[in-house]
Amino acid sequence: MNSGAKRFLLAAILVAAVVSYFSAQFNRYYLGLAIDVGINIILAVSLNLINGHTGLFSLGHAGFMAVGAYSAASFTLAFSKSVPPAMVPLVFIAALVIGGLAAALAGLAVGVPTLRLRGDYLAIVTLGFGEIIRVILQNMDCVGAASGLKGIPGYTNLFWAFALAALTVFVVTCIVNSTYGRGFIAVQDDEVAASAMGVNPTRYKVTAFVIGAFFAGIAGGLYAHHKQFLSPTGFDFMKSIDIVVMVILGGMGRTAGVIIAAIVLTLLPEFLRGFADYRMIIYSLLIIILMIARPQGLFSFGKK
Amino acid sequence: MNSPLLNLDKVTIRFGGLTAVSEVDLQIGECELVGLIGPNGAGKTTAFNLITGVYQPTGGVITFNGQPTKKLKPHQLARRGIARTFQNIRLFASMTVFDNVRTAVQLHRPHGIRNALWRGLGFRKGEAAVEKQVMELLEIFQLGKHRNELAKCLPYGDQRRLEIVRALATQPKLLLLDEPAAGMNPTEKAELTKLIRFVKEKFQISVLLVEHDMKLVMDICERIAVLDYGVKIAEGTPSEVRANPKVVEAYLGD
Repeated sequence: MNSGAKRFLLAAILVAAVVSYFSAQFNRYYLGLAIDVGINIILAVSLNLINGHTGLFSLGHAGFMAVGAYSAASFTLAFSKSVPPAMVPLVFIAALVIGGLAAALAGLAVGVPTLRLRGDYLAIVTLGFGEIIRVILQNMDCVGAASGLKGIPGYTNLFWAFALAALTVFVVTCIVNSTYGRGFIAVQDDEVAASAMGVNPTRYKVTAFVIGAFFAGIAGGLYAHHKQFLSPTGFDFMKSIDIVVMVILGGMGRTAGVIIAAIVLTLLPEFLRGFADYRMIIYSLLIIILMIARPQGLFSFGKK
Repeated sequence: MNSPLLNLDKVTIRFGGLTAVSEVDLQIGECELVGLIGPNGAGKTTAFNLITGVYQPTGGVITFNGQPTKKLKPHQLARRGIARTFQNIRLFASMTVFDNVRTAVQLHRPHGIRNALWRGLGFRKGEAAVEKQVMELLEIFQLGKHRNELAKCLPYGDQRRLEIVRALATQPKLLLLDEPAAGMNPTEKAELTKLIRFVKEKFQISVLLVEHDMKLVMDICERIAVLDYGVKIAEGTPSEVRANPKVVEAYLGD
């Protein structure tokens, strides 16, 4: 399984490259939707490391995404005028890495003081963090304040979205499926017992938080160069909830289920365009039904 | 006993107005099996929590292996060689039997994220070594056949045993057992008695045992300390303790 995981990653990137090569022939609407799916897979799988595997109930994922999106976009905007076409991928990768690192830094800054809190308290703090980020962005003139950041070059294509989604799945799966990674689940199952077995709970929690935030930042960077326009309202509390719903619906800690949930929940509202206003009602109903019928998650079968 | 493995020197802890453990002295030597008994609420589990770093004493000094344990967290003490089981079983319920032990083995291996991601030769060798070590331990305690079952699905006696195996996987010098016989039937208790003796001999470690089952304690302990209301009222060999009038009054009864 060790080298199998690496082969899976290479195969996925190859498929993404091939499909992307022909993507010019696709319907632009569906192409855009496919990229949304890729971005949401990154968000959901990275949140799954925090919420599902490590058992920290974080409601701030949209906040980390916003940090990544704005950092990456600001970086490319500073260079976009003078970039020769051949340099575009390099600049884009640099932008995504900067977005990811900025989000990871934010994750570290939020995580270190707050990960001593448990359950509900952590949820409230991360919720607050997301809102703070949004309000700061709304009042920062250099990134367009409330009117948003315009004119971001559209570097994101199918290849980047799916190659990075595959990378996220690879990283999260490999970390969790190692002796080291069992520590995350141990912390979730029983923190006291975990620490008695030599697992440092705070360290594991912060690690999960920072890695999760890093990939949320990358997803943010992809999002910025996909929509080519950023507005603080796009990263509100509901966006965090959307991602949490994907994790819960997919089954906490089950990567495959979470990926399927991310795909379904990205496409569902598009097919329900007609009743877009009722989307959140359908969401809430889904969760209520799910909690009663399948508390282990809709797409979870057998063991983790 | 010139330099004990664990030394409690006038250890005290107060929670508000309540003194849960008061000026307790206790020594445990290398490879010694010591019992800690007393009525409910006497402070036995609190003493465990003090030794393992869950609580910090308000007074007194705890030394382990010659070094003070002040300010050390439970996971740091686990690294130094203190392992424990819990009064109410605290296995990692959603993990398999194998993974429960695997989590505990990792603390002596230089594993990190980088290794887990790169999955190179060193990582694979490391994981193979971990697997071998875990399986050896599971086989010793006849849990090998359950390796892929979820810990919460095991029968009660096996869960208790698994908790001991998991504690041993951290390669401790001192093992603290908190009421390992609680809820066991006489057959299981007899097996447990054998198991504790076996563990001590096989792994050459010291054991501190909290237990209410007097037959078990008197059978296996070389020395017994008695707590009552947080104060140590007696200490000695099983027969000395049994004959001590204070102990009879406070705990054993006539």
